[in-house]
Parts: sequence; C-alpha cells; structure tokens
Amino acid sequence: MSDAHSPTDFDPAEPNTGEDFEPVDVFPDSTDFDLRPGADSCYKCSTCDTNCPVAEVDEDFPGPKFQGPEQWRLKQNEDDYTVDDSVMDCSNCMRCDNACPSGVPLSQMHNTARGEYVSEQMSKTSVEYWRNRILANYRTSAWFASKVPRLANVAMNFGPARWLMEKTMGITSEREFPAFATETFREWWETQGAASGSRERARQARKRRGEPADADKKVAYFHGCYSNYNTPEVGKAMVRVFEHFGYEVVVPEQKCSGTPMFANGMLSDARRHAEVNVSSMTDLVDRGYDAIASCTSCSMALRQEYPELFDIEGIDDVAAHTFESVEYLRIHEDVRDELAAADVEGDLAEEFAYHAPCHARNQGLDRQAVELFRDLDGAGIEDVGDSCSGISGTYGWKAEKYEKSMEIGDEMFEHMEHAEGRTGMTECPTCAMQMEHGTGYDIRHPLELLEAAIVE
Amino acid sequence: MAIESEVLVVGGGLAGLTGALSAARAGADVRLVSYKQSTLRNASGLVDVLGYTPDGDGPLVDPYAAIPDLPERHPYRTVGVDGVREAMALFDDVAPDYRGGHTDANALLPTHGGTIKPTARYPAGASAGLASDDRDVLLVGIAGMVDFDATHAAAHLEAAGVPFDVRGVTIEFPGTLDAKAKVTRYAKLLDTNGKVAVRGRERPARDALAERVNTELAGEGRVGFPAVLGDDDAAGVRAALRERLGADVFEVPMGPPSLPGLRLEDALFAALDEAGASFETGNPVVDYDGDGHIERVYVEKNGAKIPYSADQYVLATGGLVGKGVESDREAVYEPIFDCHVPHAADRYDWFDTEAFGDHAFARFGVSTDDDLRPEDAGGNVEFENLRAAGAVLGGYDFAAEKSGSGVSIATGYAAGRTAAQEAR
Ligand SMILES: Cc1cc2nc3c(=O)[nH]c(=O)nc-3n(C[C@H](O)[C@H](O)[C@H](O)COP(=O)(O)OP(=O)(O)OC[C@H]3O[C@@H](n4cnc5c(N)ncnc54)[C@H](O)[C@@H]3O)c2cc1C
Ligand code: SF4
Ligand code: SF4
Repeated sequence: MSDAHSPTDFDPAEPNTGEDFEPVDVFPDSTDFDLRPGADSCYKCSTCDTNCPVAEVDEDFPGPKFQGPEQWRLKQNEDDYTVDDSVMDCSNCMRCDNACPSGVPLSQMHNTARGEYVSEQMSKTSVEYWRNRILANYRTSAWFASKVPRLANVAMNFGPARWLMEKTMGITSEREFPAFATETFREWWETQGAASGSRERARQARKRRGEPADADKKVAYFHGCYSNYNTPEVGKAMVRVFEHFGYEVVVPEQKCSGTPMFANGMLSDARRHAEVNVSSMTDLVDRGYDAIASCTSCSMALRQEYPELFDIEGIDDVAAHTFESVEYLRIHEDVRDELAAADVEGDLAEEFAYHAPCHARNQGLDRQAVELFRDLDGAGIEDVGDSCSGISGTYGWKAEKYEKSMEIGDEMFEHMEHAEGRTGMTECPTCAMQMEHGTGYDIRHPLELLEAAIVE
Repeated sequence: MAIESEVLVVGGGLAGLTGALSAARAGADVRLVSYKQSTLRNASGLVDVLGYTPDGDGPLVDPYAAIPDLPERHPYRTVGVDGVREAMALFDDVAPDYRGGHTDANALLPTHGGTIKPTARYPAGASAGLASDDRDVLLVGIAGMVDFDATHAAAHLEAAGVPFDVRGVTIEFPGTLDAKAKVTRYAKLLDTNGKVAVRGRERPARDALAERVNTELAGEGRVGFPAVLGDDDAAGVRAALRERLGADVFEVPMGPPSLPGLRLEDALFAALDEAGASFETGNPVVDYDGDGHIERVYVEKNGAKIPYSADQYVLATGGLVGKGVESDREAVYEPIFDCHVPHAADRYDWFDTEAFGDHAFARFGVSTDDDLRPEDAGGNVEFENLRAAGAVLGGYDFAAEKSGSGVSIATGYAAGRTAAQEAR
C-alpha cells in the first residue's frame, strides 16, 4: 500500500479495477441456476429471519433462510423440486441481504427463484398474474395518466371503480392512488432549456463558487417514474441543488428501474427496461458522467440488482458509477459546512419525522439525512426507528397483503406520532405513500430541504 | 473530498459499538462503519466477563480477581483490571436494562439447555431466573420451539443441585401460530398484544398466554419462558404476564437467533445516536492508503470505492465468523490492513485432533502492544493510528473462557478512549 492517492485527486467513481467483482450470472444460456457457493456459506444462524418484516407478521411465510439457501439446496438435491409458492410473499425489501453475517446473497436468490416461479409455475391467465403485471408496470399506467392528469386523478380514486378493482383484480381499495402532476418533470426540464440550459447555469454557479469555469462536473439524472409523473418537485430540487454546486445535469432516455418487476418475478419485463437504462447510462458514463438517482430503490436496482441478475454489456461500469443524489454530494462536496452556515425559513422550516427506506439501509444510507440535517438552523429531524414501512412497492397494494402491510407499518406510524414533527421525510416514494396513509402527514424528500437550505 | 471524522471505527459488533461510544463520550467526532450485522444476535445476550480460566477451572466467583493470573498475552492483561471495570461502568450506563452491576461476583443463570452459567451482566428480563434465588420455578416450553425443551431443562437444573424445585411443561402457544413460527413473530404478537383465536374467540395474546399457563401453575413463585417475550416492549410484556399469573416472570436466554442480543444491539445503537456519533452499515471497508500511518480507508459500494478519512482508526471486525479474521489453506490473515495474525506454518497444527481439545484456531487473532496497536511478526507496531478490539484480537478463547462480550467491551472501550485522546 502506498500514498499514491492524495485526497484531492482521488476519484471515488473510479471503477474498482483491482477487485475481482464477479456478480454471479444467474441467467446463463441454460435455465440451470447455480448459487451453491452462496448457499454453502449459510451456517443457519437465522439472523436473516430476525430481520424479515414479512416473517414478523405472516405466520405462513417461511422466511429468508428457507427462501434462499435452504430452497437452493432442495433444488440441487431433488430433481422434481419446484419453487415454493411462498416466494411470492417476499416483498423484496432486501433487509435479509443486509443482515447475513456470512454474506449469503439472499435477495439475489429470492429474485431468481421468484423469476423461475413466475415463468414456469404461475398461470399466465390468472387474475393474480395480470394484477401483478399491471402493478409492476406502473410506468405504463403512469404514462397514460400523465396525458390526462386531472381526469386520471379523479378516475383512479373514483369509489365504484376502486371497488371494482378490488373485487376483480385484487388491488386494495383502502389506498388512494397518488396524484399525477399536471406537468411532468421532463416537460418542466424542456422548459428550462434541458442540457444546454443546465450547462449555462452550472457554469455560472462555478464562477460564483470560484471554481474553474470548465471544471468537469456532470451528472446524468435517473429520475425514475415517480419523480417524473407524481412528484416533479423532487426532480426539480435535485436539479437546482446539483446546479448550485456547479454540476451540469443531463436527463437521458430511461424506462422504469425495474424494482416493482423484480418483486413480482417479472424478470423479462425488468430486463427489457434495464437494457434501455443501461444503454443510455453506459454512453454517458463513458463520457465521464456519473448516474444519480433521487429514489433509493432506483439506485439500488442499477447498483446491485442489475449486475446480480442480468448480464448486460456495460452494467458493471454503470453500477460502479451510480449513486444516490445526496450521497454523491457528500462524497464530492462539503455539504456539511454549507449546511452549517445555512438556515431554512417558510414552508420547510419544520420538524421532520424521518423514515429510512429499506433500500437506503442496504446502501448504507439510512442515517444520512439525520446526520446532515441535525445541525440545520430552522428545521429539526428525528429518526423514527428502523422498522420497515410495510408497503414495499407493490406489496401493500395487493388486497390480500394490505392488512399485513399496515401491521408491519404500525411501528413506524406509532414512532411518527411520538416524534415532535408533523411532517414526514423519506427518500422512497412508496414509503412516503405509506407514511401519509398511516398518519395523514405531508411527506417531503431530503432534496427538497437541501434545496430550501442552500439554494438561494 | 473524503468523508471525514476524528475517529473511524470499522465494525459494528459489541467491540465496535463500545469503541465508538467511548470515543464519542470522550468528545471525539466519531463515525462507525459496519458491513453486516454483528454476532450479538447469535449470542445469548448475557454479558460474560470471565466464567472459567483458560485451563477450564471454574465457574469463577470473581472474574476480576482472576484477571492478573491470565496469560500475559490475554487482552484483559493488556487493558488491566481497572480498564475492565471502567469499561463495564460505561456498559452499565448505556444499557440500563441490564443487571448485575451491583457486585463483582458472577451471577449464575439457567440456560435453555438446563445448565447454570456464570455471567457478569444479564438482561433485566432474565433477573427473576437467578439460580441463587430460592423460589420454586415453572419452566414453560412452547411446542414447536424445539430449542427449548422445558422438561429436559428442568431435570438438568435439578441434577445440577439448584436450591429450589423446578418443573417443566410444554404448552401450545395460543392461536394458530405455525409450529415453526419465527421468534420475531411471537415477539411482535406479544409486543402489540395482537389478537389470537382461542376456541373460536379472539383474545389478546398476552391474556391468552397467561390463561394457558395459569392452568399449569402449581404455586411456583416464578415462571420462565424462552426469550421471545416482546422486542420493543419486553418490560411491558413481562409486567402484564406477571400480573395475570401472580408470579414473577423471566426469560431463559436462548441460542441463535437471540432476541436479547438483538435488543442489546438496538440499545447500543440508540446510545450511539444520542452521543452524537455517525454510523452506517451495509458496505465493507476493503482497502486503505498509508504506510505506517493510515491516511484513509475505502468503503466499497457495488464496485465504487468511497474514501473515509480520520485521524485515528479502530479495527473491530470480529473473528472468524464476523469475517475480521480469514483463513485459507495456507494462512490465517486479517483482510483489510493485512495485520499479522500469528499462527503455525503447518495448518495441521491449527486444531487439535480431539473435537473438544485445545484448538489453536479458537485463539487466532491479531496481537498488539500495550496500547492495543497490532504488531507485525517482529513485534513492531504496524500503524501508529490503528487500534484493534474485540474478537479480531488473538490470545483468548471466548467460547472456553466465557469471556466474549467482556473482552469486546473492555478492549472496545480502551481503544475508543485512547483513539479520542490521540485525535487532534
Ligand atoms: C455463534 C456464536 C455464539 C456466541 N455466543 C456467545 C455468548 O453466548 N456469550 C458471549 O459472551 N459471546 C458469545 N459469542 C462471541 C461474541 O459474539 C463475540 O465475542 C463478541 O460479541 C464479538 O464482538 P465483536 O464486536 O468483536 O465482533 P462481531 O460481533 O463479529 O462484529 C464484527 C462486525 O464487524 C463487521 N465487519 C467485518 N468485516 C468488516 C469490514 N471489512 N468492513 C466493515 N465492517 C466489517 C461485521 O459485519 C460485524 O458487524 C458468540 C459468537 C458466535 C459466533
Ligand atoms: S443470516 Fe446468513 S448465515 Fe444466517 S441463516 Fe441467514 S443466510 Fe444463513
Ligand atoms: S427481502 Fe425482505 S421480505 Fe423478502 S425474505 Fe428478505 S427480509 Fe423477508
């Protein structure tokens, strides 16, 4: 080891060339899955089981240890062993992954088992299959709805229609569909002059900050479906904050990250979307951009699930250059200092009850917002504990899972109510839905608070 | 830019948590980074300081009295008796739900196997089970939880000569819980006093459980359950059962997965938060820069290596299970800093041919100077700003001595405190 790197010239986005990072290719040409190496390092301590929010409330769910290593062993040893249908009850929160002291790739095992179950054992004419497919392909519905947002907002929450959706499709009528924005993020982005507008603003910001005008600061924003169609304010905050720090933003062509598809075993749908995302990000990464997401499930998909599940040209490079937005700034900029000198007023001068999404936890980001904002003047932040919110994307939308989803979320609702603030905060759009549903609070994204604090 | 702090602790087990806490309390700006969850969830949740000597003598009455006679390279000799005491005082302060701090003597607690174990600190939930208490005991096993055979445990305890009568019964947990339900499922039901179906009627779980046990109770003054009585509200669950049973209630520490271990981990993270320290989990430290002085370490996130810099570092990555010490067919090594791990060149000398023999591997770990700084084969300090704590240390055998938690706490405390003093 040497002093070869000095703190200033180190590029944290440099691919990890020295390490042999070899994601197991679980879709080779044959259908022969082999995760034995992972299964063998399980020593049955059950730590994963104690972390599984579904096992905690659903007595029929056998838990991650069975779904992963035990089921794989059964598959290896018994010729006619078929994947147990309980794998459809796993919400893909990936908490078990983060737990295992022995590094067993649990969620990868669950995702592949679920994919096999859906493609080989599930009836393609069943209501469940189509319901899951519709939920998983949220982007498609959202795209349609965004064409007529006001109408969609009314229609989607129209009582009799919701009753029918529950009865015929198993989509719970307990929840309100999220509202669609009248202007999508991408539409707004065009009005801002898109990439060239951003380049100009970033240049101004660098000048103001006393940085070289031609500094190489550029990011590609993976906005995901939600901040495009439902909460463009998050996307706008992301753009303004990054431009404030002198970054040029581009918004490449993109599809759904695939998160809801993994959770429903729709791996070929996920793959189609992943290919588009990887291909547009690869080009940009080649040209020196880093990929930034404002939704922690999106960054998780690009960083971990894609390389674990798919063998797509360029994916390792894209994964190594993908970051969650605030994480990226913390690595490259002195956000802490800037926040220490800042304060907030008005709308966001609030006490926040913060919930860390499971997919932030897996990336080691569960404490980030609390640590950043705890010294910010004018606002307060309190962590409402480490329980799962319970909605886990599409899980809590299924009529048969709704009660369990609320039972899981119960601990979080209670902690939120005990917290001082009456405004929630989280990075995950579906967690936000659940927080709002369970407590009635407004939910904001850390980027919005960051924008309010430091963007003049 | 790198993510900066004064003291960076690597590893989130008992040693890392204690190290971070002691450094934060000494006023340092502390960050803890940990890959996965600790081995605490495998441990019983009892905090052992020293139950037996390395030669197997014991159970020891006073662990502190035995420390000066330990082998010279034992971590307790490095931190000294006073160091161990101060560390335990810190523990008592941050784990108010623990008992045993009133005396130097080891407490004797019944285990799920029906043995009696010497331990220094025990969860409040276990305290009504002390073997030195002479009230009669009813042990209640739950059908399906095969790890705890109450009748068998009771017979063992009688045979061990405990000063009270003890009886064991096995009951069905009320409701329709699956026979192999997860411990978290019982805990959650009892925490929330959720409804269970009993003969077609919905009953709150705590009441239903008490009613079932009431019919078995024959005047015993205390009742022991496997340690699944709640997670967030364990005290509330015990109080409710105590009231409905008219007898004291305790939890018998269980094997993995262990709710008491999990509760302790939660309490320590909460204390760390309160002390103002930063922490994050989920990604491993894989590399470092520096030569004799660590400049920064790198945390790997899916192929990206993110730099973290600090003035002082604490290595608390655990032993062979926690992945702080690794081995292959040729060698035993410490994977992050490649600190020297003394071991015989011939791997057939790493273990004894007897299953319960004197295995060298049980004591594998880095060896240090008096300041807990890892030393190379020649006895030279490897990095002047790195200290090691917990199971990554060599020279002791926690399983044989029953000293695992105590060594982690004592060395974590000492390493954290010195690191804070040394930091600018
Ligand atoms: C099965 C089992 C049962 C036990 N039972 C008992 C008992 O009953 N009583 C008792 O007193 N002791 C018991 N012990 C021992 C006890 O758990 C340990 O002695 C003690 O808790 C070890 O604490 P630690 O902090 O040193 O290590 P660990 O608890 O192993 O923690 C190490 C931490 O470091 C992290 N880590 C590892 N590598 C890296 C890296 N590269 N980067 C970042 N983080 C990393 C790990 O993810 C982990 O969180 C048991 C141990 C095991 C394995
Ligand atoms: S946590 Fe890991 S080692 Fe333990 S049972 Fe689960 S998969 Fe196996
Ligand atoms: S991903 Fe979540 S729900 Fe699925 S098994 Fe793991 S912990 Fe349980």
